[in-house]
Amino acid sequence: MRPEPLRLAGRELLLDPAGAVFWPERAMLVLADLHLGKAEALARRGLLAPPHELAATLDRLEALLDRYRPRLALSLGDGFHDGRAARALEGWAFDRLAALVRRQDWLWITGNHDPAIPLSLGGAVLDRLELDGLTFVHVPSGAAGEVAGHLHPVARIATRAGRVQRRRCFACDGVRLVLPATGALAGGLNVLDPAIAGLFPSGFKAFLLGADRIFPIPAEHLLPDLDPYRHRLPDERSPRPAAT
Amino acid sequence: MSPVLVPPRPGASPVAAGLPEPFASWFAARGWRPRRHQLAMLELAKDGRDVLLVAPTGGGKTLAGFLPSLVELAERGGGEGIHTLYVSPLKALSADVARNLETPIREMGLPVSLAVRTGDTKAAARARQRRRPPDLLLTTPESLALLLSYPDAAERFASLRAVVLDELHALAESKRGVLLALGLSRLRSLAPGARFVGLSATVADPAALRRWLAPTPERVALVEGEPGAKPELLILIPEGPMPWAGHYATHAAPAVLELVRRHRTSIVFVNTRAQAEVLFGLLWRLNADNLPIALHHGSLEAEQRRKVEAAMAAGKLRAVVATSSLDLGIDWGDVDLVVQVGAPKGAARLLQRIGRANHRLEEPSKAVLVPANRFEVLECLAAREAVEEGALDGGTIAPGGLDVLAQHLTGIACAGPFDADRVFEEVRATAPYAGLARADFDAVLDFVATGGYALGRYERFRRLVRGPDGLWRLSDPRLARQYRMNVGTIVEAPVMKVRLGPRGRRLGEVEEYFVSTLSPGDTFLFAGRLLEFVGVQEDEVIVKKGRGGEPKVPAYAGGKLPLTNALSARVKAMLADPARWGEFPAPVREWLDAQARRSTTGAPSELLVETFPRGGRQFLVAYPMAGRNAHQTLGMLLTRRMERLGLAPLGFVASDYCIAVWGRRPVERPQELFTVDLLADDLEEWMAESSVVKRTFRNCVVVAGLVERRHPGRQKTGRQLTMSADLIYDVLRKYEPDHVLLRAARAEAAHGMTDIRRLSDLLNAVQGRIRHVRLPRISPFAVAIVAGIGKEFVGGEALDRELEAAVEELVREAMG
Repeated sequence: MRPEPLRLAGRELLLDPAGAVFWPERAMLVLADLHLGKAEALARRGLLAPPHELAATLDRLEALLDRYRPRLALSLGDGFHDGRAARALEGWAFDRLAALVRRQDWLWITGNHDPAIPLSLGGAVLDRLELDGLTFVHVPSGAAGEVAGHLHPVARIATRAGRVQRRRCFACDGVRLVLPATGALAGGLNVLDPAIAGLFPSGFKAFLLGADRIFPIPAEHLLPDLDPYRHRLPDERSPRPAAT
Repeated sequence: MSPVLVPPRPGASPVAAGLPEPFASWFAARGWRPRRHQLAMLELAKDGRDVLLVAPTGGGKTLAGFLPSLVELAERGGGEGIHTLYVSPLKALSADVARNLETPIREMGLPVSLAVRTGDTKAAARARQRRRPPDLLLTTPESLALLLSYPDAAERFASLRAVVLDELHALAESKRGVLLALGLSRLRSLAPGARFVGLSATVADPAALRRWLAPTPERVALVEGEPGAKPELLILIPEGPMPWAGHYATHAAPAVLELVRRHRTSIVFVNTRAQAEVLFGLLWRLNADNLPIALHHGSLEAEQRRKVEAAMAAGKLRAVVATSSLDLGIDWGDVDLVVQVGAPKGAARLLQRIGRANHRLEEPSKAVLVPANRFEVLECLAAREAVEEGALDGGTIAPGGLDVLAQHLTGIACAGPFDADRVFEEVRATAPYAGLARADFDAVLDFVATGGYALGRYERFRRLVRGPDGLWRLSDPRLARQYRMNVGTIVEAPVMKVRLGPRGRRLGEVEEYFVSTLSPGDTFLFAGRLLEFVGVQEDEVIVKKGRGGEPKVPAYAGGKLPLTNALSARVKAMLADPARWGEFPAPVREWLDAQARRSTTGAPSELLVETFPRGGRQFLVAYPMAGRNAHQTLGMLLTRRMERLGLAPLGFVASDYCIAVWGRRPVERPQELFTVDLLADDLEEWMAESSVVKRTFRNCVVVAGLVERRHPGRQKTGRQLTMSADLIYDVLRKYEPDHVLLRAARAEAAHGMTDIRRLSDLLNAVQGRIRHVRLPRISPFAVAIVAGIGKEFVGGEALDRELEAAVEELVREAMG
């Protein structure tokens, strides 16, 4: 596993191929959009998506905590798919998540999907965190030094074998950073969509997630999604910012 | 095979009197004489027998299928519910048959009503059909599945006396046929008195089709139509140099045009839509006389296709360049020449295409084969030999997938409460599911009910509930609507409409992937035009007339048929028998001689493997001749193994005849690579990771209804569907690898896309018979495939080196 070094607003960060950011100076791990409980939310609507979504996302989280042993872990919002998911988390999953939250200091930044975090899970709740010139917030505004989630960026590239690869990715121009979603069933928005690309007035690079490394690729080499519809599952609200 | 029933029973009425009035007079008025198989169908219908009618095109097959129903309705009168249900694979064919039936009904004044029910049928017409059911209902497999999902299905089909299945050979080979087989089994329960009639072109294995038609094949009478006159088959080798590689046969365009000029009406068949566009463009560049030549393929706008078909029927065209979109169905009598450009791939397919010419049975059809390279010459010779001997190939019945079963069970639940034991019996009665284990059936039922996850995790979200009466029913009636929006087994690659100018007319559709490779200003060939890409507006591709440049040609996934086993065996035999080379065209003879001199042409029982250095790389070329699909799989497995052995493979490319692998180190002992355990060791692992299974899975989740194709009110696009299906795939593979949908996807990948059986037969057959030839340089045989390297890849954007390296790694990672 090779994390990719990234300089953001003068700070040295590491991008992890599992989609998280580690900030060595602060021993802080940041991840976005776990969307826990999404499978169940779909199931309530008759689409029986795999319930393993919970285990898969928690496994991912645990692996990250094991790898970096952070002093502080930060969930950049939308930790739960919806309020109902947060309340109705199955017992085993609740216990497992609570145990992971208590391994270090934990901060829940609130997102548009989960304004109410159950207190019994542990961790503190904030709507944003400002630290050494960086601002950690759920919905990006394009401000300098911002580290945000919410938009679930994915990138498409054409490969030489004549296929299109579609991968989750970070998007960054050295001034601001958008994280990919961590949730196993969280959908994605093409990074070239104006909702994301518009945050970077002078272009950006996408950092595509590979199995054990990151592939940095300039936006000019990426492919757009070609239709006006997004790859939303029927229940998913638009990941576009409410207001820009 | 049990006795074949061809003539009417002894003592039956003589031919002239075989038809009752007013049919006899109507036939006589047209100067027709009823054919023997038409009369046989009447006799068998009186006994209520199921029948498989096998006859070449032009034999009055469709009329033979309907004749007993028309006679019965003429005697009894209509208006007592649906009497005969007709199912064909094409909407256009159902519409065409309806038109053809209207004539005799009108001219004889029969009291018979008919209606077409397909995806194109308007709501008002559907409502009318429900209020006043027609005597004859003409439909498609998908529309039948829909009709069966309504609560009134039992009532609607209780009156049914006959079911007629057209082009049965084509249906039975496809996944659509699997859904149809399940629907027919349901119909047998709903209408026990109905006769089932299959109409088929000449096939290699009628027994398999009889079994497909009914659970008790011995009760299915086989009626064979009179064989047509033997076709005349010529192989065209134009003057000038013969191409070494490629499939476009551009060298032959002037000769093809000359053939068109010398005949009344020609159909020029090609194998892919890209070939059709290229050849059509070439013909028109040469077409100084402005002969009316048209283009027909499945991606053109439907309106455009209908125009071409109408012009063809009216005798206004001299030629049409077509893909398999004209293989089936619609009859036009005036075609006097069929040209097959490129390899025929199979004898049965070739025969089907030849049959498009000259629908008058007594006259021979005339066809010209145009091979595009030297290997294709051999294939054409082999196909001609097979057709002349009447040795047909192909025709495997598609196996029953668990995803299709899931769709069917959902449909049954939509129609009303059902008993699992009874439905299991119904399903097992179909040919595709004859070997279905009860445990698998129950797993599919559980999937439909709760998603089929371990530990019954979704009990509280059940879609099916079992009542105290033991019957299964939908938990929520809204699920029926969801089901009806998603019926069918065809999941297509995402496509975009092409429009000429922002407000101009639509030309057809190209795959979204192709669009993603275009930049504004790029030109491409489509719909027989040179077009320039302007941009994307909404979900459409906007183009204008192109002015030149190097045009691209859109490619479409799938559609490439592999060479059949039977043809491949013939080609191998030809190669191994130098005595026969004398009859071959000169360029082919010289090529074979050179190969024999420098390497070897091999023996049928051996596997020839050549190794040679070229351009700083070490090549291995093997000639299993097992078809492109099997070779693709073989390529994946070989490169995996080479990697493990430290042979540093860099890439491979597969054709129908051979496979080429290249790397940094030479392969010294190919025997170590082509072992039987290649499949056992590597296949499982490869299947688990391969993008082939992932692609198949996308199809399975949609067919099984886990991801919706359409949702009330809007349509998901292909890519949206790709997206969610891939996430589900990753999660399931890791957390529930034996989930019923993964099993369905693996089974389908193993059957359809990767030809595993062919591969394992091949590896078993060549153990101890690997003929390794070390060469100082490339062999004559190897040229075709090595020349194709690089061309197999579609050019993307100009990527820098660093990026390319990154991308290659990505591909490796994703492709295993």
